[in-house]
Amino acid sequence: MLRLLLTLLLLMPLATQASEGEFFLTAKPAEQAQLLESWAAQPDSARLPLLENLRQGRIAAEDTRKVRLNNRLRGLIDNALASHQLLSHNSAIRLAAAQQLQKSAQPAQMAFLDRRFALEVDPAVHAALGLALANLQLGASEPAVRLAAVRLLGETGDPLARTRLEALLQPNAETDPGVRTAAETSLAQVQRKLLAGELLGQAFSGLSLGSILLLAALGLAITFGLLGVINMAHGEMLMLGAYSTYMVQVLLQRYAPGAIEFYPLIALPVAFAISAGVGMALERTVIRHLYGRPLETLLATWGISLILIQAIRLLFGAQNVEVSNPAWLSGGIQLLPNLVLPYNRLVIIGFALAVVLLTWLLLNRTRLGLNVRAVTQNRNMAACCGVSTGRVDMLAFGLGSGIAGLGGVALSQVGNVGPDLGQSYIIDSFLVVVLGGVGQLAGSLWAAFGLGIANKLLEPQIGAVLGKILILALIILFIQKRPQGLFALKGRVID
Amino acid sequence: MNQPLLVTATQKAGPRLTLAIGAVVVLLLVALPLLSLLPADHALQVSAYTLTLIGKILCYAIVALALDLVWGYAGLLSLGHGLFFALGGYAMGMYLMRQAAGDGLPGFMTFLSWSELPWYWAGTQHFAWALCLVVLAPGLLALVFGWFAFRSRIKGVYFSIMTQALTFAGMLLFFRNETGFGGNNGFTSFRTILGFDIAAQGTRAVLFLLTVGLLLASLYLCRCLTRSKFGRLLTAVRDAENRLMFCGYDPRGFKLLVWVLSAVLCGLAGALYVPQVGIINPSEMSPTNSIEAAVWVALGGRGTLIGPLLGAGLVNGMKSWFTVAFPEFWLFFLGALFILVTLYLPKGVVGLLKKRSQP
Repeated sequence: MLRLLLTLLLLMPLATQASEGEFFLTAKPAEQAQLLESWAAQPDSARLPLLENLRQGRIAAEDTRKVRLNNRLRGLIDNALASHQLLSHNSAIRLAAAQQLQKSAQPAQMAFLDRRFALEVDPAVHAALGLALANLQLGASEPAVRLAAVRLLGETGDPLARTRLEALLQPNAETDPGVRTAAETSLAQVQRKLLAGELLGQAFSGLSLGSILLLAALGLAITFGLLGVINMAHGEMLMLGAYSTYMVQVLLQRYAPGAIEFYPLIALPVAFAISAGVGMALERTVIRHLYGRPLETLLATWGISLILIQAIRLLFGAQNVEVSNPAWLSGGIQLLPNLVLPYNRLVIIGFALAVVLLTWLLLNRTRLGLNVRAVTQNRNMAACCGVSTGRVDMLAFGLGSGIAGLGGVALSQVGNVGPDLGQSYIIDSFLVVVLGGVGQLAGSLWAAFGLGIANKLLEPQIGAVLGKILILALIILFIQKRPQGLFALKGRVID
Repeated sequence: MNQPLLVTATQKAGPRLTLAIGAVVVLLLVALPLLSLLPADHALQVSAYTLTLIGKILCYAIVALALDLVWGYAGLLSLGHGLFFALGGYAMGMYLMRQAAGDGLPGFMTFLSWSELPWYWAGTQHFAWALCLVVLAPGLLALVFGWFAFRSRIKGVYFSIMTQALTFAGMLLFFRNETGFGGNNGFTSFRTILGFDIAAQGTRAVLFLLTVGLLLASLYLCRCLTRSKFGRLLTAVRDAENRLMFCGYDPRGFKLLVWVLSAVLCGLAGALYVPQVGIINPSEMSPTNSIEAAVWVALGGRGTLIGPLLGAGLVNGMKSWFTVAFPEFWLFFLGALFILVTLYLPKGVVGLLKKRSQP
């Protein structure tokens, strides 16, 4: 008899779990909600698998039946799960759970949170739990507890804390004058932190835009500096790069799905080769005949860009094509509660700098670079010294176009890929070249990042369009001072 | 030897034939609107569509002439003339919108639930002030931009890029609803001009004749300018600006004058374009349109006065045929035109015709 009872007792948790699951499934939604709330207030580690399964929409691990849930129940499940996860031995799980509870904790859970807060040893989880608790304590009856909670909230930079504090400052929401003043100072504190996060975020998107402009303008700076040629089809080289990425993605999906994760890396050489090839072909067939007539080159290259755009439109359709981020480029680092740095943008900033470095090495540390610089400085003298200027022209044009192709790969990861892609960047990249000075890598670098950051900082203040116009006006004024751009080649030549 | 018969004939006949052809063309242009007034079932009747199309092309021809004045003669390739054209058009459009709205607000403003007109709409109900705006808006913008640009001696491709950025910025500005010019849709559904029905045949004919008149007047003006000492100075600016400065001239004033004049001509063309076509929207300012104007001039032959007119007529004629017959291939054709003209016809069609007439 006793043995039987003991066995039953041992089996209890299993039975509880199974029966709770069954019971939950058969209950009405309102009862389910009550059940979840009570579970959240009194967590039991035996219930964890059940909640995890519920979270994934199953009733049990081996069960394939779908549980029908509404959004409210889903929220309650999240909350109850977080509550249970606080019992975990893994501090990372506890931290995530505490952060979830900051958003969703209910007053009924306060006693439980208080206990865990006292027991918690990990400082990060301790702090997070303290905040979750403070959120609840805002509704406590004693003013002293509320005061402490308000002060604690003031030290976060969380947009949620701002809404909570603002709600507290509504008329009739808070009766105690001490808590009111404390809430006001806390709110100001939170807002300062949020502002800092916003400004940093704008500066970051400015850097990101700048890196893209840099990739677009770098090749332009080379071709313009070397050949004195304005290549209006340069934007289309970006577009070709982006479409190469798309093609690589589609081909890999079809023939090598295992390598799809790394398709942007595979696309880089492909895009470089395609854009550089097209660029060199254009140089040999059209642009070569127009040296010394920059305005005519401008028109001819515009014609080329029209043909390329229309060709892409006929091949791929006028709609945007879908280029997706691989998993390792999605997501981001959360620096502040309101500041997330997406991985794809971080990678592109690094990539742009790497491309600048490579270009610099190529121009300053190789034979080809020496020839290119020689031709840039004095074409006739270089030819006299045996530099084959025609070949150098072709290779430099190919290099410039190829860099644009690389830029296209980067662009495909952050923006839309369509036939008009190049058109939207061409004017900005010309401005970068004009501002930075011709044929100067350093000038292009500073001008690109300067323009990018100025654009993004002005955007929220006066709007995107007025910001652009203001920047144009500033560039015109700047050129009054330094007609040759930021970094000018020194020379005494006048025509 | 292997030239087309027409080319050989023109080369032999020389200026007298050119004059004769010009006179015939002018007579035809004057006759067209009169023919459009004939009853609809008459054999010689010209449809409203044809008249509008040709009127549009004539407006473009004025733009081409204005662009040629700064590019062909003074060597300043502007890629922003669409902006001046559109500004003139918008100034006229403001008047037309006020006419259509009567005492109330223009339709798009009530749609945005604005209660009163912005300050820059003041006085636009008067035709005279609208005409002043047609001249002042592009003229002042060109004056300010040109003053800054020429002061710092921006020229060549730099100048082209800056003008392109300018028209791009203008387009973005006018695309906004808050700017107060109808945003995306621009101005349309006009009703009357000076009390006359804008869609009536008579009004259309008069507008057409005015366009022909403006074209002839600007042609005459440009001819006088380019044949004068001023014209020779412009050519000197184009060919060797530094040497001109060493000779003691200050080229800034000359450049500024011709630049503003060109902008004003564009504005006038735009003002005649809007009532004939019946719509003006920000896409007129898109850089594409302005650069297309450059190919009209290049095809016709820059540095001549007849060339741009010829080019505007040829390209736009082809465009209206192509976009109906082979809409997919128009851009290929236009692109090829850009390339072939710059590679093989640096002096344009006129250069081809003139080639061996003066051996």
